[in-house]
Amino acid sequence: MKVFMLGWEFPPFISGGLGTACYGLTKAMDKLGIEVIFVLPKMVESEYATHVKLLSPGSLSPRLLSLRKGEFEKAKFRVIDSALQPYSTADVYQRQIEESLMHKRMGHSGKLSSSSQFVSCGDYAGDMYSEVYRYASVAARLSEAEDFDVIHAHDWMTYVAGIAIAKRSGKPLVVHIHSTEFDRSGEHVNQVIYDIEREGMHFANRVIAVSNFTKNIIVERYGVSSDKVEVVHNGVERNGNNQLLSKVGIKEGEKVVLFLGRITMQKGPEYFLYAAKKVLEVMDNVKFVMAGSGDLMHRAVEMAAELGIGSKVLFTGFLRGEDVNKIYQMADLFVMPSVSEPFGIVPLEALENDVPVIISKQSGVSEVLRHALKVDFWDIDEMANKIIAVLRYPSLGITLRNYGNFEIRKLQWRDSAVRCARIYEQVTAQAVPV
Amino acid sequence: MASVCFYFQVHQPLRLRHYTVFDKGHHYFDDYKNYGICRKVAHKCYLPTNRLLLELIRRYDGRFRIAYSVTGVLLEQFENYAPEVMSTFDALAETGCVEFLAETYYHSLSFLYSREEFAEQVRMHSDKIEFLFGQRPRVFRNTELIYNNELASFIESMDCFDGILCEGADHILGSRSPNFVYRPKGTSKLKLLLKNYSLSDDIAFRFSNRHWSQWPLTADKFAGWINDVNGNGNVVNLFMDYETFGEHQWEDTGIFNFVRHLPEKILQHPDNDFKTPSEVIDSYDSFDTIDVPHIVSWADTERDISAWVGNAMQSNAIYELYRMEGQIKETGDRKILEDWRKLQTSDHFYYMCTKYFADGDVHKYFNPYDSPYDSYINFMNILGNLKLRCLKILKGGRPDAGVLAGQV
Repeated sequence: MKVFMLGWEFPPFISGGLGTACYGLTKAMDKLGIEVIFVLPKMVESEYATHVKLLSPGSLSPRLLSLRKGEFEKAKFRVIDSALQPYSTADVYQRQIEESLMHKRMGHSGKLSSSSQFVSCGDYAGDMYSEVYRYASVAARLSEAEDFDVIHAHDWMTYVAGIAIAKRSGKPLVVHIHSTEFDRSGEHVNQVIYDIEREGMHFANRVIAVSNFTKNIIVERYGVSSDKVEVVHNGVERNGNNQLLSKVGIKEGEKVVLFLGRITMQKGPEYFLYAAKKVLEVMDNVKFVMAGSGDLMHRAVEMAAELGIGSKVLFTGFLRGEDVNKIYQMADLFVMPSVSEPFGIVPLEALENDVPVIISKQSGVSEVLRHALKVDFWDIDEMANKIIAVLRYPSLGITLRNYGNFEIRKLQWRDSAVRCARIYEQVTAQAVPV
Repeated sequence: MASVCFYFQVHQPLRLRHYTVFDKGHHYFDDYKNYGICRKVAHKCYLPTNRLLLELIRRYDGRFRIAYSVTGVLLEQFENYAPEVMSTFDALAETGCVEFLAETYYHSLSFLYSREEFAEQVRMHSDKIEFLFGQRPRVFRNTELIYNNELASFIESMDCFDGILCEGADHILGSRSPNFVYRPKGTSKLKLLLKNYSLSDDIAFRFSNRHWSQWPLTADKFAGWINDVNGNGNVVNLFMDYETFGEHQWEDTGIFNFVRHLPEKILQHPDNDFKTPSEVIDSYDSFDTIDVPHIVSWADTERDISAWVGNAMQSNAIYELYRMEGQIKETGDRKILEDWRKLQTSDHFYYMCTKYFADGDVHKYFNPYDSPYDSYINFMNILGNLKLRCLKILKGGRPDAGVLAGQV
């Protein structure tokens, strides 16, 4: 089985769970002997970048892709020069493009050039939606040189490409839904994105949802027939890197409650802060750490101040690599108060790092985790109640840690990969050869 | 001779209400839920089964005999929520064919943590049974059939009991049969009745299991298995939860019809009869001594106490609870003592059990919590409040009005 996979860059150069999921799944497929041609967008900073960069695992530059040598056996990687980033918004995209182009031009001429020249620069499409289509046409051209049986596309930005390649090659398309517009934006959905998502789901031969929670949204909000949607839960990558690091920046005896994720509406940062306020009314020796960035970051800082708990809430900004490990070592408890979370890989990583977790019931991961505390994201009292209990009663944390760490061993990417492989077999068997 | 000795465990805990760290009230129990479950089980199990057994006792003119152990916490619930169940138990007691056994009033694990508290609860329960049914229990069964040599010695030293019940676990019997009366090691008068778990579980667990090779189980077939004991045993001890009838095994499984025909089929064999535990003890000499140095129970496949104290949360909760005994009693506050005792009911710790994977299904029965963690948090919050109430009194302050009035 050969898979043309439209994915995203691997950790640590990612801003969320999508890269982590692509990495874990592709690695597990590789181990199963499935040949994956992995295509991903990446801004190539070199001035003379070609649109497509061909890479084999042996020739990977560590700067471009954070892969360890020998990690993949059969997978081939194709990088398309593009500014697309998962979870981006049109505004953020615009800003990035501008910064990147200015950077390039400065490197070239040593000084800023006028904005009229910038528009004519043809490397990237000027807005995110056009870029999605430009990416699709490059990917489709790229696909002609490749031999594959099935196309697998991860989240909406790659669906247009997936459809184009499916039309050109006649091969079946599987779309993988890690998050929907309803998760990201509540009821204020972006119509353009919704339409692309919907088209991808309807065009695809099979839809993979990361949870039943997400499957329900796909069926109810996108009108996809439920027997076309298959649930494949995510796994967790065990890195076995659990050495103890000394706690930094927190006073002796002080407890640390961690929020780790994008600070956006979807992740429920305000509920974390409301709960923090409640907790601090009962106990004092606690710090609340918000690790991550996002469009509500400034609002969250303001809110902490308004609630009078500014000195108790630390904002670290976006963390990657070793810093993530460090923050887990410091944490006594991880809280994921997401308003709508299709899956939620971070709690699994927290458990992997021996940090007990509280997760919102509005998450896909709560379908697979039993040894976690669960709350409705809006139930501030209950969230605070549970936070206090974990901080106060060591035996609660011990039990959650012991069983939780054991439980996630059963959530393996290998199982997710096996399920995907079965879906590939079904869709390739059904597809009419061209 | 093969005597069939039926004993039914009748118990429902007082479930706790949702109680967060922010709650301040002194009422810890979910009255609405307890009322609802009590009524529901009364209608599905207690009432129809009591009536059926009463009918059978009358029909066989004293030859059909049974025993119950009803916990104090459930008797209180009957008084409050289902008085009609109480009158059927009265009628059963009046037949003279029904024996009531002794246990801890609060269905607690107190034997493991405080002998003084244990003895008080056993006395409370015996007093209650004597007051309600006019008979002082002569046979003791501990919560969840938790048993070891020490328990037997302690019960003998209380000097009010002739016998004690225990699980007929393979590892304490070795090659011996549960179908005889034994003597607990270290005692001189006490007799030990061992549950025949195989035949008991055929009714309690396997009755409606269609994958079981013996399904469907008929009264005829079961009586045949009893007849087989003749010649190599004196008594078949069938010990089970009373909720087996109508609740664990629903009416449509045919469980009531099975019971209805069982006495007739068993009594067809001239050497068979029914005996209550006291009658068994009076009729048969002890056959051998049973040595149980380690704790056994009738729970799960392990037959140990890991379902109640198997994880760190359970050990911590129960340790914290019994650690308060001195303070609680020092307050002299009747309401505080009662609340503390109600928190001792073993079910509260059972809900904290994390052994989901093999035995977990049984643990889900009427479990009011989504997870063992929720149950621990709730319990510890309530314990925290109870501690504050104690401190308030012990530090010289007056108990507040709510406590004096015995409510909220």
